Amino acid sequence: MTPVDFNYLRDMLKQRSGLVLAEEKQYLLESRLMPVAREQNMESLSELVAALQKPDGESLRKTVTQAMTINESFFYRDKTPFENFRNIMIPAMLATPRAASRTLRIWCAAASTGQEPYSLAIEIKEMAAQLGNWNIEIVATDLSEEVLEKAKAGLYSQFEVQRGLPIQLMVKYFQQTGSLWQIDSSIRSMVSYKHFNLLDDYARLGTFDIIFCRNVLIYFDPPTKTDMLARMAQRLRPDGYLVLGAAETVIGISEEFKPVTDARGLYAMQVAAAAAAAPVRATPSASARPAPSVSGLGTTPAKPATPAAAGLGAVTATPAAPAVSGVGTPTVSGITKLA
Amino acid sequence: MKHCLVVDDSSVIRKVARCILEDMSFRTSEAENGQEALNKCLGEMPDAILLDWNMPVMDGIDFLLALRKESNGETPKVIFCTTENDAEHITRAISAGANEYIMKPFDKDIIEAKFQEVGLI
Repeated sequence: MTPVDFNYLRDMLKQRSGLVLAEEKQYLLESRLMPVAREQNMESLSELVAALQKPDGESLRKTVTQAMTINESFFYRDKTPFENFRNIMIPAMLATPRAASRTLRIWCAAASTGQEPYSLAIEIKEMAAQLGNWNIEIVATDLSEEVLEKAKAGLYSQFEVQRGLPIQLMVKYFQQTGSLWQIDSSIRSMVSYKHFNLLDDYARLGTFDIIFCRNVLIYFDPPTKTDMLARMAQRLRPDGYLVLGAAETVIGISEEFKPVTDARGLYAMQVAAAAAAAPVRATPSASARPAPSVSGLGTTPAKPATPAAAGLGAVTATPAAPAVSGVGTPTVSGITKLA
Repeated sequence: MKHCLVVDDSSVIRKVARCILEDMSFRTSEAENGQEALNKCLGEMPDAILLDWNMPVMDGIDFLLALRKESNGETPKVIFCTTENDAEHITRAISAGANEYIMKPFDKDIIEAKFQEVGLI
């Protein structure tokens, strides 16, 4: 790839998605975009770049942007955010006035193929004793229409359901359909998917009690991170929570959020953090997810977002490892992120 | 160092699994059927067992039922690792006392995730 081609792709991706692509990530462009080029019957990335610059290349520009913002995901990724959801966030919500209205809105800002929102939906189902009569909406957004379609279908390969999902939950909430596993309609119906670019105005999504935006910020430059967090703060209720990835922080880039003590990746609004010395936590006995039985189971107005331009996307270079056992074929569980 | 017994009638699978587990800092041993595994457990009970289902002499589910009678509790942690990948087999394994279940093919990520899930790492 020539430096000119790289610069064009870098600038286009930054403009359309906010993705910041360092020069050492050139290999990522090649690995993600050569399949796109081949699909277009092109032999090189230079040919692809030339086509992207044509006035009628919008569809291709969209395809390339989506290919570059695909990210990997799996159920209960990193565990800690879901433990915090169970042990800190939900108990805190139950202790606030919103317990009277019994409503809760959660935004998964980089939903990818649905593993994160579905993991949250399963957690909510597992907390039926406390949340059974609550009206809970999980809004899951992503830039890629392709991954959203997969998310809506809720169909996952054997590899995908095995990475992070305890087997008891798998047999409880999934049905086998051929070689795939489909998540129950009762879980699917808890999540509403929306095609959304984080460059767009967040106001149309409404206001949220909890925002999950994990492993997205790390791909952006500091001004974009600051802008993104400021706009998320506008969409979060004062006593709400923001969940970031383990490698992400608000320190030095946001005045709106404050880390929750002893809860990695969890942030509260500064105003609420000042008002409440410590978040409500579940008692130790309630903190562990009870072992599920093996048998089956069972928007408010907001301030406008800043008009500017912070685009947002995320990408990772981590490919799924091939299978090593002698049976079956290797599977790649690629996934999206970003919005 | 925790000890994992790998039970599978395929020497290739045993070798691959042992490589992965030793990479995860486990001490490993192996057996090629349920009976051999049971004998080994009676000699030294491991912390974990990676268990195939279909094996000659004694299969995985019969081994697990016998083991749970012997070990009389939650240890060792037993993770099935089998080509039997339907809900009926999975449910049967859990009822018999399996702690986790891996559907072949597997890779290191899956083994690590499952071992983490049951608290072995």
